[in-house]
Amino acid sequence: MTESDSAAQQPQPRQDGDGSATASAAAPSRRAVLGWGGAGFALGAAAAGGAVTAFGGSSDMVSAAASGASVPFHGEHQAGIASAVQDRLHFAAFDVKTKDREELVKLLKEWTVAARLMTAGLPVGEGGFGGLPEAPPDDTGEALGLKASRLTLTIGFGPGLFAKGRFGLEGKRPEALVDLELFPGDNLDPARSGGDLCVQACADDPQVAVHAIRQLARIGFGRTAMRWSQLGFGKTSSTTPDEQTPRNMMGFKDGTRNISGTDKAALDKHVWVGAGDGSDWLTGGSYLVARRIRMHIETWDRTSLQEQEDIFGRDKGEGAPVGKSRERDEPFLKAMKPEAHVRLAHPDTNDGATILRRGYSFTDGTDGLGRLDAGLFFLAYQRDIRKGFIPVQRNLSKNDALNEYIQHVGSAVFAVPPGVRDKDDWWGRALFA
Amino acid sequence: MRPARLTVIAAASVAAALTAVTGCSQKSDAGGNDAIKVAASDSACDVSKTEFPAGKVQIDVENKGSKVTEVYVLFPDARIVTERENIGPGTKASITAEIKAGDYEIVCKPGMKGDGISKKVKATGKGGGEEKRSPEMDAAVAAYRAYVVTQAEETLPKAQAFADAVKAGDVEGAKKLYAGSRIGWERTEPVAESFGDIDPKVDVREDGLEAGQDVEKDWTGWHRLEKALWADNKIGDREKQLADTLIADLTDWQKKVGQAEITPTSIANGAKELLDEVATGKVTGEEERYSHTDLVDFKANVEGAQKAYELLKPIATKNDPELVKQLDTQFAALNTLLDKYRADQATYEFTSYDKVGEPERKELSDAVNALAEPLSKLAAAVTK
Repeated sequence: MTESDSAAQQPQPRQDGDGSATASAAAPSRRAVLGWGGAGFALGAAAAGGAVTAFGGSSDMVSAAASGASVPFHGEHQAGIASAVQDRLHFAAFDVKTKDREELVKLLKEWTVAARLMTAGLPVGEGGFGGLPEAPPDDTGEALGLKASRLTLTIGFGPGLFAKGRFGLEGKRPEALVDLELFPGDNLDPARSGGDLCVQACADDPQVAVHAIRQLARIGFGRTAMRWSQLGFGKTSSTTPDEQTPRNMMGFKDGTRNISGTDKAALDKHVWVGAGDGSDWLTGGSYLVARRIRMHIETWDRTSLQEQEDIFGRDKGEGAPVGKSRERDEPFLKAMKPEAHVRLAHPDTNDGATILRRGYSFTDGTDGLGRLDAGLFFLAYQRDIRKGFIPVQRNLSKNDALNEYIQHVGSAVFAVPPGVRDKDDWWGRALFA
Repeated sequence: MRPARLTVIAAASVAAALTAVTGCSQKSDAGGNDAIKVAASDSACDVSKTEFPAGKVQIDVENKGSKVTEVYVLFPDARIVTERENIGPGTKASITAEIKAGDYEIVCKPGMKGDGISKKVKATGKGGGEEKRSPEMDAAVAAYRAYVVTQAEETLPKAQAFADAVKAGDVEGAKKLYAGSRIGWERTEPVAESFGDIDPKVDVREDGLEAGQDVEKDWTGWHRLEKALWADNKIGDREKQLADTLIADLTDWQKKVGQAEITPTSIANGAKELLDEVATGKVTGEEERYSHTDLVDFKANVEGAQKAYELLKPIATKNDPELVKQLDTQFAALNTLLDKYRADQATYEFTSYDKVGEPERKELSDAVNALAEPLSKLAAAVTK
C-alpha cells in the first residue's frame, strides 16, 4: 500500500478506501502498462459518510498543531488511529522477555502512567533533573521544554502474546488476529517484522515522538526488549479531510480517500471492532497491519511521467484520477489501466474492503549500494484483517504495476485494544481481566 | 577503557589527598591549642584528644621513641586520609588534612612496619563537608577494597605466566593464557581504570591511541599482544619486550589499587559501568577483535558487577526491596544465558565470539540492558 491513493484527507466526507497495499513480486511488466492508454475518467467509489466532527475541523487542527496542543489520552478508542495525523512517527515493536504474567501487567500499568504524562507534555517519573546526583534521572530529558506536540501513543498486542503456555492468554487471541500469509514478492526481514507489543508514537515534533518511545523502552528493560523500530516523516495519509493531501516519496499525492476521522459511520463499519465481533476485550479497539515498504527510488525517478501517472492512475500535479480534473473527483476505475494502483486498491475492486491508513514516509540513509533506503512505512487500521488488508494486498501483490518499484521488507500485525477510559484504567485491562 | 564516572571521582580525591599530604611537614607548634598532639614511642601512640571538630585539622607528632616512625589517619575501611612517613626518633612533624565528620583511626607505626598502634578518634560537626556513612556502608567499602586488591594480586601470576609464554616465543601457549590473564582486571575495571596512567598502557586498543601516538612505539598492553598472537601469528623481539612492560605496568597497578577512593556510590556506579563495558565493547565483539575471547571479559565484567552488588545488597534491601528482587532475577538470567556458551562452569573457556550469531548477540544485548537499567538505580537505592 503505498497508499497511493487513498486518501487521506479528503474534503469530502467519504471514505473510500482504496485500499492499499502493495506488493512486490509478480508485477505486471512495465511494458504492459505502458501500452495502454491513458486516462480516464473516474468515478469513484466513495463510501461512506458524513463527517461528524470528532476532532474538530481543519482550522482547529491547524491551530492545534501550531500551538503544540495535547490530544486527550483517555477515551473510548485509543488516540492515534482516527485522530488527526501528526507530522512525525516513531514506531517500535517489542519482544516481551518476562515470563511472568504479573510482571507484564505491571509493565502495562507503568507504560500507561508514563503515556498519560507524556501525551500531556509532562516528563515521566520524577522528571529529568533535580533528583539524586548519584542516580540517572527518571526522564531522559530531551523533550523538556517542548510542548505536547499532539503526541499520541497507541499500543498493540502481537500474536506472540497469545501463544500457548506464555501468559495464559491463548483463549483470548482474537480470530481476526491472523498471521499474514507470505504475499508474492514479499522479502521480509525477520529483524524488521513481528513483535509481541507495539507502540505507535505520533507527534508534530520528532523529538517528542522519539522521546516517548525511548522512555517506554527504558521502563520496559528486563521485561521487554525492542525488536525493531521505524522513524517516519511526512505523513502519507491524513484522517482530516480538509488538509492538503501529502505526497509520498514517489511524488504522488497519497491517501486522498482515506477514512475520515470525523466519519463515525465509516469508522464503526470498517475500523472499530464491534461488540459481538468475537473478542469482547477488543470491543472498541482495532487491528493494525504494519508493513515496511521499500521503494526503488532511483529507478522510479528514471521512469517517464506518463508511466508514473499510469501506474498510479492519477496525474502527478493535481492528483486527479484518470480523466478527471480535480484531486477529489470521483475516480472512474475503468478508465484506468487494469494494473493501476488506485484501481486495484479501491474498495470496488476488492468487495468493499476498506482500511484506515496512517502511514509515513521513511528514509534510513543509504543501503550500502548507494541507493536511498527509503519508502513508505504503511500502517493500516481495520475492523478485521481478513476483510481489510488481506484481500486488498492479495490483489495488489499479484497485479499492481507499482510492484516493479516497491518491495515489502517488514511486516507485523497487532490487536489494538480500546482506549484507556480514565485514571484508573490501563492499556490491556480488559485482556488481562 | 571508557572514562568512567569513578575515574573522575577517584582522580579528584587522589588529588585532594595529595594536597593534604604535601601540605604537611610544617613546624610542629603551628597548630597551637587546636592541634591534636600525638606522642609516638616504640610502644605507644598517645593522642591528646579523641574528638575534634571536622574541617581542617592539624596533627602534631612527636616521636619520643627510638625507631623511625610513621603516622596515618585512616578511614574505618583502612583507606588513607593522610599520612606522614619517616619521622625520626626525637623529631617532630606536623600533618594537616581536611577531615570530614565521622570515625577515624590514628595509627603510629614504629619502625614503619606491621599494623602499628591505633587509636580511635572522631571528627564531629559540619566542617569539611559531610559524609555520613553507616557501619554497613563502611563494611561494604572495606570488603570491596579487599576484593579489588585480591583481584590484582591474583592477576599478576596469571599475567606473568602469559608474559613468560610470550617471551618463550610460544604462540599457542600464550594464546591459551591470554584471556585468563585479563579476568581480574576486567572484574574490577572501573577501579583499575581510575589510575588514568595505567589503563592506557595495559588495556588500550589500536583505535584508542591518541593523535600523534605511534602504533609501533606507543601501543602497549594486552591488545597489542593479542594482535601479534592472533592476527600476525608470531612473536618477535618487540612482543617479548612488551610482555615485560605489561608485567611492570600491572605491578604498578597492584601497588596502587588499594589506595583508590572507594565510596558506596562509586561501587554501585562501578557495577553499572561494568555492564556498560559489556554493552559497548563486548557485546559487539570490538574488545577482543582478534582473539574473539569477548565472552571471557563479558563474564568477568558481570562477576565484578555482581560482587559489587552483593556487597551493597544489605543496604539496598532495606531501601528498595523491589529493586533487589529485580537485580537478583536479572543477574541470574544473564548468568544462565552466559552459561550456554561454556560447557564447563569450572573453567573460563567460552565459545569464540565470532561463532556467536546476530540473533544470539541480540539476546545477550537484551539481557545486558535488562540488568544494566535497574543496576543504574542501585546508587540511588544505596544513598537514600
